[in-house]
Amino acid sequence: MNTESLVVSCENGILKARVLGDIDHHCAKPIREKIDDYIFKYKPDLVLLDLSLVEFMDSSGLGLILGRFNTANEIGADFKIYSPSRGVRKILELAGIERLIKIEGELRG
Amino acid sequence: MKNKENQMKLYLPSLSINESVARSAVAVFVAQLNPTIEEISDIKCAVSEAVTNSIVHGYKFCQGEIYIGVKYYSDRTVVIEIKDKGCGIEDVKLAMTPLFTTDTTGERSGMGFAVMQTFMDNLEVYSKKDKGVRIVMEKKLK
Ligand SMILES: Nc1ncnc2c1ncn2[C@@H]1O[C@H](COP(=O)(O)OP(=O)(O)O)[C@@H](O)[C@H]1O
Ligand SMILES: [Mg+2]
Repeated sequence: MNTESLVVSCENGILKARVLGDIDHHCAKPIREKIDDYIFKYKPDLVLLDLSLVEFMDSSGLGLILGRFNTANEIGADFKIYSPSRGVRKILELAGIERLIKIEGELRG
Repeated sequence: MKNKENQMKLYLPSLSINESVARSAVAVFVAQLNPTIEEISDIKCAVSEAVTNSIVHGYKFCQGEIYIGVKYYSDRTVVIEIKDKGCGIEDVKLAMTPLFTTDTTGERSGMGFAVMQTFMDNLEVYSKKDKGVRIVMEKKLK
């Protein structure tokens, strides 16, 4: 699937959801609905939320991440975040997300 | 803060598409001061939080207008004021507690005020029930 805000692929039990562009309240709704649909459809072992192309995220993104983490838990899947920008990392740290969710990928500007 | 050097006033209807309009406009205005990437990212995030709150909470049941004012002073202090005439906040102290949210969809984190407080140097919130919300935040750029 490929729309403006999200690219999703599923291979070998890994559901990769790559978000394109900003994450705010306005664009969070279609993103979270699509990710949830795909989680229930593919029942993966691991959900990888790829933030490598997200330049901006506010606290609406925290809600989106925690909500998808819960959806993944519901079907017994692992959940990881991949390659957040420095700005995104700052807000993840403020919310203590890394105590709950593994963050992978290199540090980037 | 010394002398006021420049200012911008913006009025936007409470449409969620305007969350990005508001933060981008403020970023363009503040860019005159050559802020660091981190400073600009902090300011965009704080503006996004305040404007989103006006849209999601203040004007939950009706559309309204949001005022966004930005000024900067000769000592590089940026002052941002964001106002709505929505439902207001009964207990401001409680609302500002990290993780506190009145949202029932489970999709809000209750971290908006915490973000504004952490990413800016100073945050003041004025509100009364049914009287809207006025937020004033400051950041001194390096
Ligand atoms: N402009 C506003 N008008 C009315 N209520 C507000 C406004 N801003 C914040 N609030 C209240 O304060 C609470 C906390 O806000 P915040 O920290 O941004 O968390 P969230 O937006 O995730 O609920 C909100 O749930 C809401 O009840
Ligand atoms: Mg908020």
